[in-house]
Amino acid sequence: MVDISQTYSASRRLDGAAGARPKRRISASRIMTYGILCVICFYYILPLWVMMMTSLKGMPEVRMGNIFAPPVEITFEPWVKAWSQACTGLNCDGLSRGFWNSVKITIPSVLISIVVASVNGYALVNWKFKGSEIFFGILLFGAFIPYQVMIYPIVIILREIGLMGDVWGLVLVHTIFGMPILTLLFRNYFASLPEELFKAARVDGAGFWGIFFQVLVPMSLPIFTVAMILQVTGIWNDFLFGVIYTKPEAYPMTVQLNNIVNSVQGVKEYNVNMAATLITGLVPLTIYLLSGKLFVRGIAAGAVKG
Amino acid sequence: MSVIDPVAPRAAGRPKKLIANPMAKIAALPMIMTALVIFIGCSVWTVVHSFTKSKLLPSSQFVGFDQYERLWSTRRWLASVENIAIYGLVALVFSLVVGFVIAVLLDQKVRAEGAFRTIILFPYSLSFIVTGLVWQWILNPDFGIQYIVRGWGFENFTFDPLHNPDTVLAALLMAGLWQGTGLVAVILLAALRGVDEDIWKASRVDGVPAWKTYIWVVIPILRPAFVTATVLIATGIVKLYDLVVALTNGGPGIASEMPAKYVYDAMFGKQNLGQGFAASTMMLLSVLLILIPWAIFEFRGKKRG
Repeated sequence: MVDISQTYSASRRLDGAAGARPKRRISASRIMTYGILCVICFYYILPLWVMMMTSLKGMPEVRMGNIFAPPVEITFEPWVKAWSQACTGLNCDGLSRGFWNSVKITIPSVLISIVVASVNGYALVNWKFKGSEIFFGILLFGAFIPYQVMIYPIVIILREIGLMGDVWGLVLVHTIFGMPILTLLFRNYFASLPEELFKAARVDGAGFWGIFFQVLVPMSLPIFTVAMILQVTGIWNDFLFGVIYTKPEAYPMTVQLNNIVNSVQGVKEYNVNMAATLITGLVPLTIYLLSGKLFVRGIAAGAVKG
Repeated sequence: MSVIDPVAPRAAGRPKKLIANPMAKIAALPMIMTALVIFIGCSVWTVVHSFTKSKLLPSSQFVGFDQYERLWSTRRWLASVENIAIYGLVALVFSLVVGFVIAVLLDQKVRAEGAFRTIILFPYSLSFIVTGLVWQWILNPDFGIQYIVRGWGFENFTFDPLHNPDTVLAALLMAGLWQGTGLVAVILLAALRGVDEDIWKASRVDGVPAWKTYIWVVIPILRPAFVTATVLIATGIVKLYDLVVALTNGGPGIASEMPAKYVYDAMFGKQNLGQGFAASTMMLLSVLLILIPWAIFEFRGKKRG
C-alpha cells in the first residue's frame, strides 16, 4: 500500500525548506513568489470572510450591499436565530438540536472507534497470529470500497439488531468505517516502538491488557491525540451516514444545516444561513487551528484512506 | 497468559501455538468482523443483488443483466457518469498541478510559511456541506460575484454557474478544489522536503535553471507522493456526494448529477433498490479499475526494492 513511513517522516520535516536556494536580494522572482502565494491565500480566505461578514449583518443590509464588505452595523442576531430559532420543516428550535445530536454521536463514536482500533493495532503488532495480516490487508483494501456499495446491507444489519435509526447504530457505523485508517495509524505507531519494551514487560509477567495499558498507552499519547483529531473532524463532518442511519429528530448538525439552508419554504434569510454554516464549521475549524501539525500527521496517515 | 481458551484443551504434546494468545484474537475480532462481514460480505451482497429484480425490498429473483441494461439506458445515469468523468479529470489535473505549484512556492524559504500552510489547508477540515453552502452564497447571482462586478459598471457581466447547465460543473470544481487542493499541496510539500539537497547543488554547478530541475529531476523523485495524491483524489472523486447535495442538489435539471447521488436517490428516494445496487456496483468496478493498476505498481516497486 502507500508508503506511509515516508510521508510520515517527511511531515515531521516540514520545517526548513529544501528547495532551490533563494538569492539574497529581493529579486523579481521573489516578488512573484509572494504575489502568487498571496493571491492563492486570498482565494482560500475569501469564503470564510464572506461567511463571517454576512452572518454579522442584518437582512436589510444583506439585501442592499456587497457580500464582501464588512457590516456597517454589527449584529449578532443571525447567530442567535440560527442557534435557537432556525426552522427545519415544522421544527423551529434552531441548529442547537443538530449540534447536540452531533455531540451525542461524535463522543461515543470517537471513543469507541479509538479504543477498538488501538487494541486491534496492538494485537496486530505484538500478538501476531495466523492470518492477522490477511485480515488487515482486507481491512485496508476495504477503505477504498465506495460506501454506496455497503450502505444498504448495513441498513438490513442494523434493522436486524434493532439499531436502525438509533444513535448507537450510527456509532457502530462510524466505528466500522473508522477501523481501517485508525488501525493503520496505531499499528504503524506501535510497530515503531522498541520491541524490547514489550519483551521486558512480558518477562515481568504482564499479560495482554497489562502491557497495553501500563506500557503502551502511556507512551502513545501523541498518536491517540492524532486519532482523536482525525475522528472528531471526520465524524462531525459526516453527512451520508447521518442522513441514512438516523431519524430526523436525531439528525447530526451537517444534515440539519443542509435542511435549513436548502429548504424551499419561507423567505431566505441569508445572514441566518451563513451564521448556521459558520457555527457548523466552527468545531472542526477550531480543532484544526489548535492542533496544527498533528492534524497534518493524521491526514498524512489518511493518505491511505481515500 | 491467564486467560484459558475453553474450546482448545491444552493437551500434552500439542503445539502451543494453536492456543497461543486467545486474547489477541478476541481483540482482533472487530477487525475480522469488519473485514469479513462489512467489506466483503456487504459488498458481495450488493453485487449479487444487483442481478435481481429488487424494487421496494431486496428480492432474490434473478434477472441477469436487466438492471444494468436499464441503468445504462437511463439518461440521468449517463449524465452522472459524464459529469463525474469531466469533474474527475479536471479536478485531478488541476489539483495536482496547482498543488505542486503551491508546494514549490512554499518550499522557497518564504517567510510566514506556517501561516500560508495553515490557510491553504483549513478548508480541508470543513464539511463538504459547509463548503457547498458557502460557495452557493458566493455564486448567488443576486448578491454574489455577479452582482458585485455589475456594480462596478459592467452591466452585462454574467457569472451564474449554478443556474446554467453548461457551467454548473465549474461551480462544483471551484468549491471542490477550494477544499481539496491544500491537501495535495501539503502532501507534495512534505515529499519535497525529503528531496536530497545535493540535487540543487549539482544542478547549480551544471547551470540548469531551477524550473528545469523541478520538471526533469524533482518530479520523477516525487513519483510516490504523486501516486499517493492521485489515488487519494481519485477515490475521493468517485464518492463525491455531499458537496453536490449542498451546492446544486444535482441541478439545474440533471446537469450536476453524480453516480453516488444516483445510488442514494434510487435506494432511499425512489424505492428502486435494484438500480441502486447496479449503480453502486458500477462505482465499485470503477474504483477497482483505479486500484488494481496502482496495487500492481506498488507491488512491483516493493519487489524490486
